[in-house]
Amino acid sequence: MRSDMMAGSRPYDLKRYPGFGFMAAVCLGLLYLPLFVLVFFSFNERRSVSNWSEFSLDWYAKALANDAIRQAATNSFLVATVATIAATVLATAAALATTRVQRFRGLTACYAVINSPLMVPEIVTAVALLSFLSLIGLELGVGNVMIAHTVFCVPFAYLPIRARLHGMDTTLEQAAADLYADPVQTFRHVTLPMLMPGIIAGAALAFVISLDDFIITQMVASAGATTLPVYIYSQVRMGVTPEVNAVSSMLLGVSIVFVSMAVLLRKKETA
Amino acid sequence: MAERHDAADRATWIDRFSSLPSARRSLILLSPAFALIGAFGIAPLGLILVYSFLVPGTYGGVVWEFSFGAYIQFLFERDIFDGTLAFSSSYLQIGARSVILAGLAVVGCLLIGFPTAYFIATRSPGIRNILIFLVTVPFWTNLLVRTFSMMLILRDQGPLNSILMGIGITEQPLSLLYTDFAIGLGLLYSFLPFMVLPIYASLERIDFRLVEAAYDLYANRWRVLQRILIPLSLPGIAGGCFLVFIPSLSSFLAPDLLGGGKHLMIGNLIAQQFGTARNWPFGSAAAMILLSLVLIALMIYARQAARRDQDAV
Repeated sequence: MRSDMMAGSRPYDLKRYPGFGFMAAVCLGLLYLPLFVLVFFSFNERRSVSNWSEFSLDWYAKALANDAIRQAATNSFLVATVATIAATVLATAAALATTRVQRFRGLTACYAVINSPLMVPEIVTAVALLSFLSLIGLELGVGNVMIAHTVFCVPFAYLPIRARLHGMDTTLEQAAADLYADPVQTFRHVTLPMLMPGIIAGAALAFVISLDDFIITQMVASAGATTLPVYIYSQVRMGVTPEVNAVSSMLLGVSIVFVSMAVLLRKKETA
Repeated sequence: MAERHDAADRATWIDRFSSLPSARRSLILLSPAFALIGAFGIAPLGLILVYSFLVPGTYGGVVWEFSFGAYIQFLFERDIFDGTLAFSSSYLQIGARSVILAGLAVVGCLLIGFPTAYFIATRSPGIRNILIFLVTVPFWTNLLVRTFSMMLILRDQGPLNSILMGIGITEQPLSLLYTDFAIGLGLLYSFLPFMVLPIYASLERIDFRLVEAAYDLYANRWRVLQRILIPLSLPGIAGGCFLVFIPSLSSFLAPDLLGGGKHLMIGNLIAQQFGTARNWPFGSAAAMILLSLVLIALMIYARQAARRDQDAV
């Protein structure tokens, strides 16, 4: 019965399960190999995404010189910046209102409303917004996309800010008040600086989420308001070239930078 | 002089705000977020609920006339010649396909995700942080780009087929892309981190003295897994299954790009009705059905979580 425990000269590791390490390798391989292939062929000299010829940055140069891509990239960054700022401000106010306050009736309902964009499937949000915007006749071009993005960015910004606020005690603020700081001074010089890591993490996530969104933007964006993911999608449907790989790789790079930033900030907070 | 006046004004405004009861202050701080989410998040949902009971306009949009037609269309087909209704399973099949593929994605994610989460949770803290970081990054990176990269892998001339032909499993490239297999694999690949992270979070908290005690009592590995590790990580497993099932069920990109738009799931059906098919009421009804399925799943999950919490106390 205990034969398996005696087998082998290796000290018996209670925590080890055979094959689990292999599964972890499968998991990481599955997550990263496709991305690796994508980036690899963006450096291919030939117009092929399956046969390697020679290293070249031509496709990046082509992508950066392409007017449609530049326009889409400008839109993407414009939308992401505006949506991030708006969502972070709204989320900070909402976090201050729902954390460290006396529990009031409807607090749970407040969480549900703020987080509702997370619960509704994206495709449903997309067609609902399309219907709604066409009913009220709002045609702001990129503005429509900005409004749509701000809505679903709010919960992503809200969660890290709330987590940060939740873990902060009120002693420093009380001290500031004892030293005759008025509420504005206390907020500006004590609360806000302490809250900053949460705000930056929330803003970084909001930025990534906005930059990555495809379905909602596809439905809401009018002709001139195309963002990078919408552009990439239209190209992928037409056929695959290393130029698409190059644009995708660049977008991937930007996302990874922002995600790393958010993760590192959160780690600092828990450390 | 004017400046001091402003300062005084500001002080009274702030004073008035800070002397308000705390609930009132909360309400004021919440109102901008609520206004935005209410107007552009919740009101549109109400609108498509209404649209789902209307008649489609000829060139898209709706005709304001009450009808159950959109919901009836799910189960019945109206004969173009005599207008009689006949049972039709084509839309039910799309619904069933969505649920089955999402279910398979959950099973696949669980089979890969649990061992991975366990492996990570039993590493030293340094390695653990690196591995968790590696799983987290795809969680937040562009889903379109990730799905596109999976397309490259599965193409006839793609690396997977080259490997399969190289080791002699197949002579001709297999058509992997544009199949249900591709969609299932795409869903698994898209949402795998959603399974690993919550399971890891619960495994990390397990007191491994329990495992030692079990071995002392002659339990074998399988028994420990079955009686200790799985029960104690159940909240994470349930959370992971939920987090994979919901986006898989409503997925648009995986069936669109990897299924080639031939093998539809609910998400594609909805998009199609608002696009080329120009039947907004039917699309709205499909969206409402999807939303209901998601809310039902959410309720089951919340109830189970609450019951587990009660048991724990």
